[in-house]
Amino acid sequence: MFETLSYISLQQYWWIIVSLLGAILVFLMFVQGGQTLIYTLGKTEDERSILVNLLGRKWEFTFTTLVTFGGAFFASFPLFYSTSFGGAYWVWMLILIAFVVQAVSYEYRRKQNNFFGQRTYETLLFINGLLGTVLIGTAVATFFTGSSFSVDKMNLTRIIGDKMPVISEWKGLAYGLEAALNLHNLTLGLTVFFLSRVLALLYFMNRIRNAEIMERVKKQLVYNAIPFVIFFLIFTIWLLFSKGFAVNPITKEVFVEPYKYLHNLLAMPIVAILFILGVAMVLVGIIRPITCFVKCSDKGIWLTGIGTILTVFSLFLLAGFNNTAYYPSTFDLQSSLTIENSSSSKYTLTVMSYVSLLVPFVIAYIWYAWRSIDNKKIDIEEIKAETHTY
Amino acid sequence: MEHVDYSLLDWSRAQFALTAMYHWLFVPLTLGLSFIVAFMETLYVRTGNPEWKRITKFWMTLFGINFAIGVATGIIMEFEFGTNWSNYSWFVGDIFGAPLAIEGIMAFFMESTFIAIMFFGWNKVSKKFHLASTWLVAIGSNLSALWILVANAWMQNPAGMKFNPDTARNEMINFWQVLFSPVAINKFHHTVLSAYVLSSVFVIGVSAWFLIKNKEHIFAKKSMKLAAIFGLIASFLTIVTGDGSARNMAKYQPMKFAAMENLYDGKQNAPLAVFGFLQKNNVESSPNKQDFVFKIEIPNMLSYMAFLNPNAYVPGIHDLVKGNAEHNILSYKERSKKGEIAINSLAEYTKAKKSGNDSVANAALIKFKENYSHFGYGYYANRDVNELIPSVPSTFYSFRIMVGLGFHFIALFLVILILIMKDKVDKKRIILYTALWTIPLAYIASELGWIVAEVGRQPWVIQDILPTIAAVSQIKPTSVQITFWLFFVIFTGLLIAEIKIMVSQIKKGPVEEIPERSQNQINNKIKN
Repeated sequence: MFETLSYISLQQYWWIIVSLLGAILVFLMFVQGGQTLIYTLGKTEDERSILVNLLGRKWEFTFTTLVTFGGAFFASFPLFYSTSFGGAYWVWMLILIAFVVQAVSYEYRRKQNNFFGQRTYETLLFINGLLGTVLIGTAVATFFTGSSFSVDKMNLTRIIGDKMPVISEWKGLAYGLEAALNLHNLTLGLTVFFLSRVLALLYFMNRIRNAEIMERVKKQLVYNAIPFVIFFLIFTIWLLFSKGFAVNPITKEVFVEPYKYLHNLLAMPIVAILFILGVAMVLVGIIRPITCFVKCSDKGIWLTGIGTILTVFSLFLLAGFNNTAYYPSTFDLQSSLTIENSSSSKYTLTVMSYVSLLVPFVIAYIWYAWRSIDNKKIDIEEIKAETHTY
Repeated sequence: MEHVDYSLLDWSRAQFALTAMYHWLFVPLTLGLSFIVAFMETLYVRTGNPEWKRITKFWMTLFGINFAIGVATGIIMEFEFGTNWSNYSWFVGDIFGAPLAIEGIMAFFMESTFIAIMFFGWNKVSKKFHLASTWLVAIGSNLSALWILVANAWMQNPAGMKFNPDTARNEMINFWQVLFSPVAINKFHHTVLSAYVLSSVFVIGVSAWFLIKNKEHIFAKKSMKLAAIFGLIASFLTIVTGDGSARNMAKYQPMKFAAMENLYDGKQNAPLAVFGFLQKNNVESSPNKQDFVFKIEIPNMLSYMAFLNPNAYVPGIHDLVKGNAEHNILSYKERSKKGEIAINSLAEYTKAKKSGNDSVANAALIKFKENYSHFGYGYYANRDVNELIPSVPSTFYSFRIMVGLGFHFIALFLVILILIMKDKVDKKRIILYTALWTIPLAYIASELGWIVAEVGRQPWVIQDILPTIAAVSQIKPTSVQITFWLFFVIFTGLLIAEIKIMVSQIKKGPVEEIPERSQNQINNKIKN
C-alpha cells in the first residue's frame, strides 16, 4: 500500500502525522493550563481535590502524546531531532524538566510521608503548567521565525588532528533560550499558555458538579480568553504579514520571501479552510458559555478543543508545506531544514506508515476505555468514594 | 567548524549514565510487578476470594508509586538522544527513531489508558474488563521494554541497515532484521526476565517484613508463594538467556567479552575465572592492564561458554588491540587506518559528486564500501587505540557479583517455596530477614547488569561504526555539567520521596475491602 507512494508523498504524509500529533498535544495541554488554576479555582482542600483528581486522570495522555510526538519526529525527521534538540539545548531541557516533575506530582501529592510536602508538588504542577506551555509555544514559533544554526552532514568526515566533528552547530548564544527573548516567539508561547487555561476552564465546566467552582470558572474564562485572543491575533497578523522561508522546488535553494505564510494560506485553500474553521470553533466554544444567561452550554471543550486541533494542525502545515523550510536557519539559510532534506529514508517512512495505521485503533480504545469510567460529572462525594485518589 | 571538547564528552556520558541508571532503578519493578498484580487479580476473578482483591490492591498501590517515578525519569531518556547525542541522532536516526516512535504508539498509550481503568475502574467496569485492563498494563509496559531494547540491541549489533553515502547516514533496509536480530531477542528476554526476578524478590521481601512484624499472615504467605513461583521460573530462564547473551557478546563484541573476563591473552581451552581479584599492572605496551592476584577457575569453561566448544579459541584484549595473524584478527591500528580510509573516501566521494566527476566518485565509493566495517575506528587514527578498551574491573566484578546474586535469588525462592509448602515460613526469622535484605541486593544485581552491558561496550555508541567522541552534541560543557547536577538533585530528591512514600504505604498494609454490597450502596448514593 504505502510502497507505491513516492518519497515526497511519504514525507508529506509524515509531516501531516507529526502536525496532527503536535495539534493534539496542544489541545491536551489543557491539563497544564488546569494545573496553573488549582489555587485560583479551588479555595478549599475539597475543591482543590476535585480539580487535581480530574486533571490527574488525564495527565498521562498529554505526557504520552508528548513522548510519542518526540518519537515520531525522531523517526520521520531525524535531522530536526539532531539539530534542534542538540542545539536549542536549554529550551528543550527546561521543557523536559518541567515534565519530569509533573510525572510524580499527582501520585505523590497527598501521599503520607512524601518528603517535600503537598504544596511543593502543587507548585511543581504549576511550574509544569507555566513552563510547559510557554516554552513549547516559543519553540514551535521558531518554525516561523527561525533559529541561528548551521548544518553540514559531511562534517562527519572532517577530523582535524584528534578533534572530533559535529554535524550541526548552534550559533544562538543561550542554546535555545534566546528564542524566548524574541517577541514573536514569546507571543505564541503566551497564546499557548492562555489557550491551555481556557481549555482547562471549559473542561472543568464540562466535568465538575460544584456551584462555587463553576462561578469562579466563568469569571476566569473571561479573564483568560481576553489575553488569549489578543496574543493569538498579534501572532496571526504578524505571521500573515511577515516574510517567510521559501524553498526553490527545483534548485532546493532556501530564500526569504515576503508574505510567505500568507502566500501559503492562499496557495493551499484546504489549509485556509481548516485554519478559519478552527479559529471560528475555538472562539464560538469560548463565547457561548460566556454569553449565556439562562442555561449555559458545557460542551465548549469539544468545540474549542477540536478548533484548537484544526488551527494548530493548519499552522504546522503552513510551516512545512508548499515549498517552505519548516526549521529555518537565520545564520545560514541553506542549512534550513525542509521536510525533504531532513526526513528519514523512503524505506523507514514506509515501515512507519504501516505503524501509523495503528493510530485509529489506539484512539478507539482510548475513547472506549474512557467512556466506560468517565461518563458523568464528578463532585467531592465521588472523589471520596474512590479507592485511588491524588 | 567547531570541534568537540573532551570534558563535554565526559559530562555527556556521565549525564546519560546518571539518567539511565536512575530510570533503571524503577523500570524492572514496573515490568515484573505489573504481571504479578495481573496474576493476583486473575486469582481473585477466578476464585472470587476477596482476600485476593485485597492483595491485588495493595501491590497495585506500590506499583503506582513506582510507576510514576519511572515515567518521570523515562521521558528524559528519549529526548537525550537528540539533546546530547545529536551526531548520533542523524547518523542512525533513520533506524533508531523507529522503535522509539513505535514504543510511543504501541506501548505507552496502552499503558496509560488501561492504568487509569486499573486504578479508577474498580467500581465502574465489570470484573473481567478490569482484569483485562490490568493485563493490558502489564503487556503495554513489557511491550515498551521490547521496543527500547530492540533499539539498544541494535546499537550493540547493528543489523538490517546500509550506509547511504549521499545522506551520510545509515538507513534501514530490513525492519525485520532490526526487530528479530539474535541480540535483540536475547537482550529483551534476558532483561525482562531479570526484571521479573527483581519484582519477585521485592514482593517476597516486603511480605517477609509483614511476617517479621507478625501481621497479615495470610496476605503475606499468598503473596510470597506466588512471587516465589514466578521468580523461580524467571530465574531459570534468566540463566538460559544470560548464557545466550554471553555467546552473542563473544561473537559480536569480543572486546566487551574479553574485558568482562579479564582475558588479555587469548587462548584455546580458555578457563572461566569464577571469581578473582584484580590488580593494576601498568606496562608500557598495555596501560591499565589488570592481573589476577587470586582466582578460582573452571578449565575450558570460557571457551565453552563463548562458542559451545571447550577447545575453541577466545581472543583476548591484546589480540584485539595488537592483532593476531594466526586467528585472522586485525589490530586496532590497522582497523583505524582502514576506518580513516573509509572516512576520507566518503569525503572524496561527496566532493567528486558535487563537482560532477563520476569516475572519481565511483572509485571513492568502492574504497569506502571496502572499508566501511571499520568506519568508527577511523576516529582513532590519531589517537591512542588503547582508548578502545573498556574498563576491565567494572565489567569483571559487575558480571561476577550479578551472577553470584542471581544464584542467591534462586536459593531464596526455593527455600521460601519449600517453607511455605511446609507452612513453616513464619517461624524462620533468619530466612525472613534474609528475604527482606535481599531487596537492595536485587537492585544492585540489576544495575550491575546495566554496567556489564553498557560500560562494557564503551566507547561504541554503535558497535564498530560510531564511537562516543563522534556522536556527541556540541554544547558548552558547563551547560551539560549544570543539567547533570540538576538531574542529580531532582532525581535524588524524587528517589528519597519515592522510598519514603513506599515505606509508609507498606507500613499501612493492605486496606480492608469494603464488602461489595456496601460498595454498591455507596455507588447508588453517588448516582442519586
